[in-house]
Amino acid sequence: MEFLQPPGWREALEARAAHPDALPIWGGTDVMVELNFARTRPAALLDLTHVPELSRWESEDGGVRIGAGVTYTRLIAELGDRLPGLAMASRTVGSPQIRNRGTIGGNLGSSSPAGDALPPLYAAGASVEVASVRGARRIPIDEFIVGPKRNVLGEDELIAGVFVPVRDDAAQQFAKVGTRNAMVIAVCSFAVDVSEGRVGTCIGSAGPTPIRAREAEAFAASAAPEDAAAREFGELVAAAASPIDDVRGTAAYRRHALSVLARRTITWAWETRCA
Amino acid sequence: MRLTCVVNGEPREIDGVWEGESLLYVLRERMQLPGSKNACEQGECGSCSVYLDDVLVCSCLVAAGQVEGRTVTTVEGLAPTEDELHPIQAAFVEAGAVQCGFCTPGLIVATHDLLARNPSPSDAEIREALAGNLCRCTGYEKILDAVRSAAEA
Ligand SMILES: Cc1cc2nc3c(=O)[nH]c(=O)nc-3n(C[C@H](O)[C@H](O)[C@H](O)COP(=O)(O)OP(=O)(O)OC[C@H]3O[C@@H](n4cnc5c(N)ncnc54)[C@H](O)[C@@H]3O)c2cc1C
Ligand code: FES
Ligand code: FES
Repeated sequence: MEFLQPPGWREALEARAAHPDALPIWGGTDVMVELNFARTRPAALLDLTHVPELSRWESEDGGVRIGAGVTYTRLIAELGDRLPGLAMASRTVGSPQIRNRGTIGGNLGSSSPAGDALPPLYAAGASVEVASVRGARRIPIDEFIVGPKRNVLGEDELIAGVFVPVRDDAAQQFAKVGTRNAMVIAVCSFAVDVSEGRVGTCIGSAGPTPIRAREAEAFAASAAPEDAAAREFGELVAAAASPIDDVRGTAAYRRHALSVLARRTITWAWETRCA
Repeated sequence: MRLTCVVNGEPREIDGVWEGESLLYVLRERMQLPGSKNACEQGECGSCSVYLDDVLVCSCLVAAGQVEGRTVTTVEGLAPTEDELHPIQAAFVEAGAVQCGFCTPGLIVATHDLLARNPSPSDAEIREALAGNLCRCTGYEKILDAVRSAAEA
């Protein structure tokens, strides 16, 4: 197996173009499980941990651009004030060891419907920045992920980072159902992002991709912040999910749990905004 | 490949490493450092916990090639000398937090990381910090006792 270790972003893109069959790796928390169990034998590994550009985040007009190599531990410590929903979701990922190593770019690359960084990014209306030697493009996140573990990344492209809009006085929440308070793949999860005249949502782990509950968003954007509206919002979110029965839970349970998570999280978000 | 890195303060050079094997495999099978344990190889149990450049990680999830030029500290590197225990290790022994001992090295390294960041953690903080380390024997109560007494020491 070849091991490619580019020292910078330009070299990384060149390596990717020259070796389209190389598997990118940052934290390895998804890739190494596949390698250890011999489920995959890539021709080459493309190690991105030496690319300094990927480990940076910076403020941009209207939001924050986060490099693909920023870990959950750093999202929590460095961006918790600006992106509280993403930080809440990051806190639920695995364990300290996993959060120290796993990255937002790896979560995007894996494109699992249960990826915990994804619902807050969908709810905020984030876009994924992908790049190749041909140039860079930004793709709305719900167009980037197209199916379970499938995305539109070209074979010569890498994920550079993700742009997350930050709106004035936004209240964000994330909630996840699992059997333990750590180390669990979500049975289902929900993110909400409330700002003036806008409500963004996303359902995790209850469909082939994360799903935005558009009807619920439109309803909540103009509803008065009251209990009855929160309940109605919960019903609309549950209706937007498309869960299946699997080892982690039944479709019916997921739908019910989502109505509860949605009702609670919108209530908390409204309380924050009224306070 | 030839892997060059620093392990427990010593520069090491190992030939014939397969780039895709884990750091855990390199430590145990190529460097005769069997302190880090292999129980799951999928990040779930924490028994392989080490420091990679001062960051607590599961060594089973780090590719050997990624360690090139880096610094690794394992449980073997924590005690001040060959014949002494680190105070955290002593606290585990005294509290009866070691039964079969398979989880212990990982818990020692994870506790070391916790106390370095937070010298007097609350119980909730201890639980959160050790959530990625599984023990099938003790029921965890003695482990919590050990961490509390190491924190006071
Ligand atoms: C014990 C354990 C617990 C976990 N718990 C959770 C959890 O609670 N929630 C959760 O969401 N996930 C969890 N995961 C999964 C994993 O930690 C996350 O998906 C993490 O974000 C992956 O990041 P990484 O940097 O380790 O990715 P890697 O394993 O390095 O890569 C993941 C994928 O992304 C691709 N990739 C990485 N970077 C790039 C890039 N810049 N450009 C293009 N492709 C790229 C890789 O080729 C690969 O396909 C867990 C994993 C383990 C082992
Ligand atoms: S062996 Fe690495 S976490 Fe279990
Ligand atoms: S003492 Fe046996 S696994 Fe913890």
